[in-house]
Amino acid sequence: MGYKLSKTSFDRLLQAMSKRYVPVGPMCAKNAGAFSDTDSIRYGKITSYADLELAQKSYFSPKEFVFPIRETLFRFNGSNREVPEVAARPIAIFARPCDINGFNRLDSVFLENGPEKDFYYARRRKNIKFFMIECLTGFESCFCVTMKANKTADYSVALRFGEDEILAEVKDEEFISLFEEYGEIIDYKPEFKESDNAKVELPNFEGVDLEAVFNHPLWKEYTQRCIACGRCNTSCVTCSCFSMQDTAYDAAKTLSERRRVWAGCHIDGFTDMAGGHSFRKNNGDRMRFKTMHKIYDFAARFGRNMCVGCGRCDDVCPEYISFSACINKLSEIIKEMKNV
Amino acid sequence: MDINRKTVTKNAFRITKTRGKTALRVRVPGGHLIADYLTLIHDIAKKYGNGTVHITTRQGFEIPGIDFEKMEEINKLIKPLLEYVEAVPEHSEAGYPAAGTRNISACIGNRVCPFANHDTTALAKRIEKTVYPHDFHFKIAVTGCPNDCIKAHMQDFGIICLTEPQYDESRCISCNACVNVCKKKVTGALKDENFRIVRNADLCIGCGECVLKCPTQAMFRSEKRYFRMVIMGRTGKKNPRLAEIFIDWADEDSVVQIIKNTYKYVDRYIDRTLPKEHIGYIVDRTGYPVFRDMVLEGVTLGPKTKVAQHISWSGYRYKQSSNMS
Repeated sequence: MGYKLSKTSFDRLLQAMSKRYVPVGPMCAKNAGAFSDTDSIRYGKITSYADLELAQKSYFSPKEFVFPIRETLFRFNGSNREVPEVAARPIAIFARPCDINGFNRLDSVFLENGPEKDFYYARRRKNIKFFMIECLTGFESCFCVTMKANKTADYSVALRFGEDEILAEVKDEEFISLFEEYGEIIDYKPEFKESDNAKVELPNFEGVDLEAVFNHPLWKEYTQRCIACGRCNTSCVTCSCFSMQDTAYDAAKTLSERRRVWAGCHIDGFTDMAGGHSFRKNNGDRMRFKTMHKIYDFAARFGRNMCVGCGRCDDVCPEYISFSACINKLSEIIKEMKNV
Repeated sequence: MDINRKTVTKNAFRITKTRGKTALRVRVPGGHLIADYLTLIHDIAKKYGNGTVHITTRQGFEIPGIDFEKMEEINKLIKPLLEYVEAVPEHSEAGYPAAGTRNISACIGNRVCPFANHDTTALAKRIEKTVYPHDFHFKIAVTGCPNDCIKAHMQDFGIICLTEPQYDESRCISCNACVNVCKKKVTGALKDENFRIVRNADLCIGCGECVLKCPTQAMFRSEKRYFRMVIMGRTGKKNPRLAEIFIDWADEDSVVQIIKNTYKYVDRYIDRTLPKEHIGYIVDRTGYPVFRDMVLEGVTLGPKTKVAQHISWSGYRYKQSSNMS
């Protein structure tokens, strides 16, 4: 069903909805940027249309609502153990198609990767519904179309935020009564972005000697450039690596907890092993690992690329390393390899 | 040629090596200027000067080779410059009303620099508005972070902008980027204790490096801005020395009020038998506690503000004998 809402009625709807859902969306945290006198665009709880920041892309993705940065898995008290509860109230995430597709990639990692579903991910994931933000232009660094992540059907409600009014398509019956109450019935189907601002050409790895790609001097450039700050990993909607922490609260170590925290292939220590061995000391090797994982390895296992082309890694890199430029360089190299 | 030297100097024109020629000192508080004003400076240098401009250490311009007779004419021309820098309340056509208190200089600050914790030019302009025009010889500079690119440590008053790092443990991935940068570049104020970052407030100098390095914004800026004042640094022919910390973790209003109060202190204690006396030497004479107590009068310091109990400046004396009488 399609509906039209004024901004005021949207606010009322949001308020009514908040009784059952926690609405979260991209918002502008004033003066919260890492640089002084800069804002931070991030996902947070929204209470009105005015809270939504739609003109700028968020620095972080909304993945932390399903995969928290730091999550306690269980606590020990002597021989007793408990798994912490999570909030019962489901979350309605206002997200663009690329990010919704990002969750779809996370689903593969946590739910479809081996015989066991990830308990912690699954219990949060079932509590998430998407309110898709129609995105027709994207931003400078976006390449979701190339990554086939510009479209999605996985949403309860799709929204077009116009100048004066908001159009909505409601697919999830649960929300129909709300929109009936606050909106006016019209015809609306969301549209999707059809061309990218960042022109990216994906490499065709078919018949390519991957060992040669592995050893290509291209990666050395990134050893020179990348500073291993980890922002590309933490801002990425599909980066799903984590590390474990076991910690005790008391000297006797009877009170303790195990948690998992985000980790990232660019961050120092990611490949550290017992005995001090580390696989990818050079940052160029890390760039290679990430690139191949995002546009080759994952697809080999799950049938679609991991990267959704949101372009956040480009936006946040302090060294101006562009992931899409790296993909294009790789494409050129592979073309050359095939011509030889 | 009959010129009142004192009036001329006060008017920001100086005596030069060449008899009959003066140089105009243009103030640029905060060292940041709308580019259009460069045209005016250019025109004056071409028409009245020798076609050259000197960029001063205090971030002003000095236009040399000007005839003394042209001062009045030039003063009318530089009216827009005075208005822009808000140097004079009533937009006078008489040129600069004082030269004692020097141009308030500033590093480029957070209008450009990622490290800066504040808009240094804006603060410099605020201070300029508070203290200028004044004849007392004050050197004040604002720097955006403890890197101190403006050399606040070489001023009578050096203001260093700070942030107090805040920590949201739920966003921390224990990458230790903050711990490492603090250890390598700063004071080692951060420690990872059991996967939790602990900040030693006594060691933290408020530079914000940890905030800049954090990949998850677990380390973030305090809502409040803080300022450190280092005082009585100087060059000179007697006893060059670096400034020492007078006040730490103060708010902007306190900083401005303290500088304002210092003018009263100088007025009371300056040695009027001398043609001029730099404030550092006055503090040397009265002792730091007298200075401290007087300039803090009426200043409401914040709960985090710390004041130096004693200061003994470093530096050296060119000749020990000049200290003996």
